[in-house]
Amino acid sequence: MASGTTTAGGAPLRQDAAGERRWRARRHRWDVRWSPYAYIAPFFVFFAAFGLVPLLYTAWASLHRVELTAPADMEWVGLRNFSRLVADEFFWNALKNTVTIGLLSTVPQLLIALGVAHLLHGRLRGSMFFRVVALTPYATSVAAATLVFVLLFGRDYGMVNWALGLAGIGPVNWQNGAWASQFAVSTIVIWRWTGYNALIYLAAMQSIPDELYESAALDGASRWRQFVHVTVPSLRPTILFTIVVSTIGATQLFGEPLLFNGSAGATGGSDHQFQTLGLYLYEQGWVNLHLGRASAIAWAMFLILVLLGTAAGLINAYRRRTG
Amino acid sequence: MRTFGQRAGRQHHAGPLTYILLGLAALVSLFPLYWNLVAASHTGERVVEAPAPLLPGPRLFDNLTFAWNQVDMGEALVNTTVVAGLVALSTVLFSTLAGFAFAKLPFRGRNVLLALVVATMTIPPQLSVIPLYRIITDLGWVDQLQSVVLPSLVAAFGVFFMRQYLLEALPVELVEAARMDGAHSLRIIWHVVFPVARPAMAVLGMLVFVQAWNDFFWPFIALTPDGSPTLQVALAGLGSGNHTINQAVVLTGALISTVPLLLVFAVLGKHIVGGITSGAVKN
Repeated sequence: MASGTTTAGGAPLRQDAAGERRWRARRHRWDVRWSPYAYIAPFFVFFAAFGLVPLLYTAWASLHRVELTAPADMEWVGLRNFSRLVADEFFWNALKNTVTIGLLSTVPQLLIALGVAHLLHGRLRGSMFFRVVALTPYATSVAAATLVFVLLFGRDYGMVNWALGLAGIGPVNWQNGAWASQFAVSTIVIWRWTGYNALIYLAAMQSIPDELYESAALDGASRWRQFVHVTVPSLRPTILFTIVVSTIGATQLFGEPLLFNGSAGATGGSDHQFQTLGLYLYEQGWVNLHLGRASAIAWAMFLILVLLGTAAGLINAYRRRTG
Repeated sequence: MRTFGQRAGRQHHAGPLTYILLGLAALVSLFPLYWNLVAASHTGERVVEAPAPLLPGPRLFDNLTFAWNQVDMGEALVNTTVVAGLVALSTVLFSTLAGFAFAKLPFRGRNVLLALVVATMTIPPQLSVIPLYRIITDLGWVDQLQSVVLPSLVAAFGVFFMRQYLLEALPVELVEAARMDGAHSLRIIWHVVFPVARPAMAVLGMLVFVQAWNDFFWPFIALTPDGSPTLQVALAGLGSGNHTINQAVVLTGALISTVPLLLVFAVLGKHIVGGITSGAVKN
């Protein structure tokens, strides 16, 4: 690190040394000024190439009629792909399913995660074991998890119906029932992500100062009341973060409903009962070969996220103003 | 709730109810994985017969051979390792560089550019899939691994992750002292930033590796089960009727795709969990 000082001495070398110092000083200024941009450049270059350009292209393609088989043949159709979507019952169905499956998976997932984090937070024998186990579903892929759950949810042979049968509840048709199938698909999401979220909550809980709990305990608050009045309010930013991440994930849900359908492809069930927007986009683009319409769906998905984000921001601002 | 004990905060000792509930949660977490092994060790007929088997059967090796021959699981395993490895390495490297710049180097436009990085996280991958597909068809890259590696070489999440970590972990005096000595910023990165960032780089590398290993949507479009698939694509091929569906074989494929990561977790799980709970991922 001390490389700059080694050559500055010795009378015959003085002129060279002065020149070298100047050069070093200039290099140093350049380094300080420009190197930060060099370090962030790879991200932006790759993002531009594989994120921004495609994004704009998708916007452009959504205004055209394009077939997957001849993607270079683009015929201008204006907003027709979008007006078609508005009149398309399958689009509304997919939107509705995305919302219900999103709620069915996100709400229980985060509530259970909060509970598990609460259980893990404290003096516990084998706490590392429980933490690693909580994270194993996260290491399981969407494909592997879904294929296992398809069998667990089998109507005539599945473990779930067998267990329900013990409780006297008749065989549920997890594949074809509208609510049942959405519940089953949500279960896969819940299973994979609850532990991960629990660990994120746990991290936040560990940074809550002990004094908050101590003063609550002095006031005679029970553990449950401490949880409600100390833990949850302190976790608000973290909870918000997990809601945002889960919501983004829920809008993009694809692998679970695709593979839950087994051999029937991208229809999302015999009656489209669990076809999500991600799946519908895939069906339009890669099964029906309408890339233009698929692009319109992709932009609709993005706009929905933007709308949700704006709404959340407005609510937040309103809350802050009213105190 | 009295069973939890009376002491406040993190000092409380866990009562029996805590252990029962956590045991239940552990059971729910592990059972599908255990049952995956059970199903992979029976015949296809037995797996879809009521009542479902609860104990491992004798057919595991037959199923392994069968799955291995039906889709080239060996190639898929190698492909997945290459893809996930390259993606993890490059994401960690570029994220650390950018994270360091955003955390510790002053430059014009820093805040705006950082906000831009965060904003890119909200863009759904579906938006880029259509043009990307066109690009790789034009280049003749369908079923070639670079088509799934190149779009994943950087991640906004990683940049933000490293920035948050270095913001706290790297004392600014260390950087300035090196600067005073006239060290070039590349030297600073090599001798100061990397040593400090190593724990976070390891955690980020693991998270990205797991994500890339399990990635489904784009590989499913860019690669085909019969060409040069990753494990997830091969698995989708086993499960979706390109071949005769034998559920035991399908689940054997699922097992093959899961076990390598579970082994990694058994060895390194402690560090990954430590990385997540130390707050690095929090926000």
